[in-house]
Amino acid sequence: MSSHNESILREPLMTGKGITYAQVTDDILLPVENKPNKAWWIGFIVAVCGAMLWVISVGYTFWTGIGAWGLNKTVGWAWDITDFVWWVGIGHAGTLISAVLLIFRQNWRNSINRSAEAMTIFAVICAATYVVAHMGRPWLAYWIFPLPNQFGSLWVNFNSPLVWDAFAISTYFTVSLVFWYCGLLPDIASVRDRAHGLRKKIYSVLSFGWNGSVKSWQRFEIVSLILAGISTPLVLSVHTIVSMDFATSVIPGWHTTIFPPYFVAGAIFSGFAMVQTLLLILRKVMNFEHYITMFHIEAMNKIIMVTGSIVGVAYLTELFIAWYSGSEYEMYAFANRIAGPYAWAYWAMMTCNVISPQLFWFKKIRTSIPISWILSIIVNIGMWFERFVIIVTSLHRDYLPSSWAMFYPTWVDVGIFVGSIGLFFTLFLLFLRFLPGIAIAEVKLLLKSSSLQHKTKLVQEGAFPEDQVEFFRNSLEKYDSVTEEEINALRKK
Amino acid sequence: MSNTKYILGSFADPDEMMDGIDRLQANNISIYDCFTPMPIHGIEAKLGVKPSRLPIAAFCFGGLGLMLGFSLLYFTMSYDWPMNIGGKPSMPLPNFVPVTFEVTILLCALGMVATFFFRNHLFPGRAPRVMDLRATDDRFIIAIDARDNANHELIDNLLKEAGAVEVKYNERKYVSYE
Repeated sequence: MSSHNESILREPLMTGKGITYAQVTDDILLPVENKPNKAWWIGFIVAVCGAMLWVISVGYTFWTGIGAWGLNKTVGWAWDITDFVWWVGIGHAGTLISAVLLIFRQNWRNSINRSAEAMTIFAVICAATYVVAHMGRPWLAYWIFPLPNQFGSLWVNFNSPLVWDAFAISTYFTVSLVFWYCGLLPDIASVRDRAHGLRKKIYSVLSFGWNGSVKSWQRFEIVSLILAGISTPLVLSVHTIVSMDFATSVIPGWHTTIFPPYFVAGAIFSGFAMVQTLLLILRKVMNFEHYITMFHIEAMNKIIMVTGSIVGVAYLTELFIAWYSGSEYEMYAFANRIAGPYAWAYWAMMTCNVISPQLFWFKKIRTSIPISWILSIIVNIGMWFERFVIIVTSLHRDYLPSSWAMFYPTWVDVGIFVGSIGLFFTLFLLFLRFLPGIAIAEVKLLLKSSSLQHKTKLVQEGAFPEDQVEFFRNSLEKYDSVTEEEINALRKK
Repeated sequence: MSNTKYILGSFADPDEMMDGIDRLQANNISIYDCFTPMPIHGIEAKLGVKPSRLPIAAFCFGGLGLMLGFSLLYFTMSYDWPMNIGGKPSMPLPNFVPVTFEVTILLCALGMVATFFFRNHLFPGRAPRVMDLRATDDRFIIAIDARDNANHELIDNLLKEAGAVEVKYNERKYVSYE
């Protein structure tokens, strides 16, 4: 059945009064069908300026070579790989929300999966640019793939995690894109059938001729489920392989077996933080408060807290194992992180990633929008420092003390990083302008099962015992989109 | 004989549409198709639509990817140009796992989605075959072939009894062509 009565103990995933299917379409398509407002333009202009900085910095790097960066003989990997891992990690939350939560039938994913998946795709684009840029001669980037060639049929070395990485990232990007676009088809069709003229023609091409027949929906659901099933191990494999770029080397501080799970947890952690950063603004600016509710915010904060704790345990385990290993090099690497010249970066990482998410144990903090937003940014700063600490502190103390060095970024390093954030937001804002930011069809599924108005109707019909209704009423108090009047309506029969 | 090709029962509520399907079926009226703005669970069983065979396609494409991925690695690393890398074996199976896995996933996803698009005739630029423009917005449509089911009055009554907000008599199959 299209609607089933779920337990009243579950908090509503959609609030607002008198919401109809038509209104869901209207609300979500409002930013797509109308000229953008001032907030969008300001954001877009700032983002495009950032993207221009990215073009200049990357262009300068391509022109002069990676000598333009602050790298030296000892520290051969620094901001480029830090930023790469940071962006790939951020991307992981989108897949997690769309795939893993689908498998676990977590219906709250329905309202946030579309924008989170878009975020994944744009984050992976940003990450991929570092891979290409740090090769030095980007026009030869295709050498990483096993193409028949004229160099005496010499193939790539498939024992190298860097080659695995190329396969993993490109597969991940392709599958995420396909997953995202398949999900978009019904929603593009909704835009198409309401549009006229040239607009209709464009959305008609983009909609692939979707018509919403029984058979298309049946296949659509199967495709979504299987894509979710294969994306789940895929997303785990991607960050596992990214961590192997480090873990299979013989550098102290990198050569540890904890890296794969620790990187995956860190990726989910930073990704959810980025989703939180974006969605808190999105729901306000786009008036999506009734669709992205306090329940969603709190659920994401809980995930940030859990993954943040996993990351914290991993940091401590690393320290313990460094001592327990008895290896002098390993012990030195960690002592140097804690108290060496980059100690400030290490402690910034520890504070942002281990201490700040623990604040989410307090319900007041978990359900406060401004604090959640600030903490989500702190987490992202912390996760950037995590990668910086891992990469630079392990490298800057070479085996030979005569080679010891420090890393100082140049304006090009900074420009590429700041610029990539601009690029990301440019793409994200364009997405919000031209495509529905919330999966319309999937949100419609919630209307007759998990919406506040449906639950209120059932309560008024007397479908639930009073103690359960009481519990439900109390759970509504944290919602910023639910009025006192609506809570009181639950008392009436 | 009227020129009506299709009768469309337009519902505002999915449960009422399901009720409409029941009533039509109880009167032996065959249903051409239903068009809805969201997936309706249980409708396939009601209309006798067979389960999709896409999982089989996905499995086959995944298997193909597995073989292709492994063949690529075996051919390049062990057969065509075995390299001596630190004296390690030229067919290190554990090292073959990541790339084989990625190729498996890639082919499984692309193959399955391509099959889905092929079977549903979805491709960029395909003219949408839409019977009611509100079927992607807020209406749940039951389409009945008017020539196969002659008793139009009965259909009209049954649809309205079930709660249809509108019953349309379309002389063209698709309204999306202009």
